[in-house]
Amino acid sequence: MRKGCSKFFLEDERQFERWNDSAIKSLKAEFKLFKDVVVLSLMHPWERDARLLKKALKKGPPHYNVIVEIACTRSSDQLLGARKAYHSLFDRSIEEDLASHVKGSERKLLVALVSAYRYEGPKVKEDAAKSEAKALLNAIKNNNGDHKKKAMEEDEVIWILTTRSKPHLKVVYEQYKKISAKTITEDLEVELLLKETVECLCTPQTYFTRVFDTALREDAKEDAKKALTRLVATQEDVDLKGIAARFEDKIKERVKGAYKDVLLGVLADDRK
Amino acid sequence: MATLTVPTTVPSVSEDCEQLRKAFSGWGTNEGLIIDILGHRNAEQRNLIRKTYAETYGEDLLKALDKELSNDFERLVLLWALDPAERDALLANEATKRWTSSNQVLMEIACTRSANQLLHARQAYHARYKKSLEEDVAHHTTGDFRKLLLPLVSSYRYEGEEVNMTLAKTEAKLLHEKISDKAYSDDDVIRVLATRSKAQINATLNHYKNEYGNDINKDLKADPKDEFLALLRSTVKCLVYPEKYFEKVLRLAINRRGTDEGALTRVVCTRAEVDLKIIADEYQRRNSVPLTRAIVKDTHGDYENLLLALAGHVEN
Repeated sequence: MRKGCSKFFLEDERQFERWNDSAIKSLKAEFKLFKDVVVLSLMHPWERDARLLKKALKKGPPHYNVIVEIACTRSSDQLLGARKAYHSLFDRSIEEDLASHVKGSERKLLVALVSAYRYEGPKVKEDAAKSEAKALLNAIKNNNGDHKKKAMEEDEVIWILTTRSKPHLKVVYEQYKKISAKTITEDLEVELLLKETVECLCTPQTYFTRVFDTALREDAKEDAKKALTRLVATQEDVDLKGIAARFEDKIKERVKGAYKDVLLGVLADDRK
Repeated sequence: MATLTVPTTVPSVSEDCEQLRKAFSGWGTNEGLIIDILGHRNAEQRNLIRKTYAETYGEDLLKALDKELSNDFERLVLLWALDPAERDALLANEATKRWTSSNQVLMEIACTRSANQLLHARQAYHARYKKSLEEDVAHHTTGDFRKLLLPLVSSYRYEGEEVNMTLAKTEAKLLHEKISDKAYSDDDVIRVLATRSKAQINATLNHYKNEYGNDINKDLKADPKDEFLALLRSTVKCLVYPEKYFEKVLRLAINRRGTDEGALTRVVCTRAEVDLKIIADEYQRRNSVPLTRAIVKDTHGDYENLLLALAGHVEN
């Protein structure tokens, strides 16, 4: 292996081979990402999600999107499993920790999202979806200019997004397009957390694509790369492969070493 | 403690099914036989009977019962025959419907069941009604009631006995402040009641009493006509001393002019395998008369007989 990694070694004037410092740094960074993918992939999904939730809560508001991602992209039973694992690991429920540590306007939304146990069948109520799209539109329009209360604090918005089934919400999303010039996510540009909630629930492909895109940019930050790692290691969504295929070239171009191999390997893996 | 009694040697499931079939056949129904069998089988046994009956006779036992029985007795038998999770799902669904709506029943189910029992009820709800309990509660309740009930039915509380005394102090203070400001439906009040473990809530309320002199429910009696406050008080009772809550429900159901069979049936059915003995003891303590005697006085016929069987009454 040493012989094959010649770029990591420099020969100095004393003809002594030593590590190339900047190569070490990038190697460390690669290995960390590599380690993260491996650890995340091997841990039991419930424990993994419970730990990710705890970490996100601890790190504070900029990381609350992880909570949204987990609460919205897992199946009802997976999310429930994470709640059970949380009990075991931390002797508390995720709801009580969220409820007592999240102080801002996101509290109601986040607690309600992790408490969801959605119906998973295909049955959808068209009429209800229509009126709920209207209700969402009203809530968003009314609060866009109003800085006192955000749409994510509106009870109506919260219960629609946190109790309705995903198929139902997809219909709500479609209905919304019919009555508004823009999609819900476009109208929610100012409320990032709420926007991501809707994205993860109604158009997860868009969310996944964005994570890939942000992580594979030239100037991608640590968190963006971590987000990609997390996505790849935790999503069991078959469609992820489709998106990944589109980014395969970029991955080959931008990502290096062991991390790249693992990334491509995990994506190529035969998933359920 | 449960009041349900099951014979030491239980007949085989196929024997039970055969006997039940006999009870329905011919003219009229042998209600006594139904009571003797179903009134003395636990949830697991009843489930097995239903399954075997369907396999043997190609008919759902509950449908057969529905055809043969009527009124209060039928309702009691049908509710009793159901598996606890399905029963809770049914009761919860009724509680969200317009003509039979009841915030109290929703709160009762959410707060007196264990975390896993509530979960099973929610799963049964998915299976039976093709939607989630939460969306029905969200859709059919409004205002402060929804603010309280939705988190309650969505809860999955930690069930350990660990208690954080510092937290108990902080939250007791918080509750006291909000109540003094009459902010009864404040987010924090609801947060504490809907997310904390029962052990933690108990510790907090004990501290509340020690520190501020009154039981929290006394402080929540500011307006006797306020329905939300009444629900809040019942919520507290259900979380920390459910037997007192159920005793009161029974007392109001029985001692009124005319009996509230709905409530009587519901409490006996849902608690016979859980803590009806403790509730009955509380009833006797509070009313100076055994629960079974009150049931005999206020009900009659097959309905009375099955209630007594479930309440563990032994013929003298």
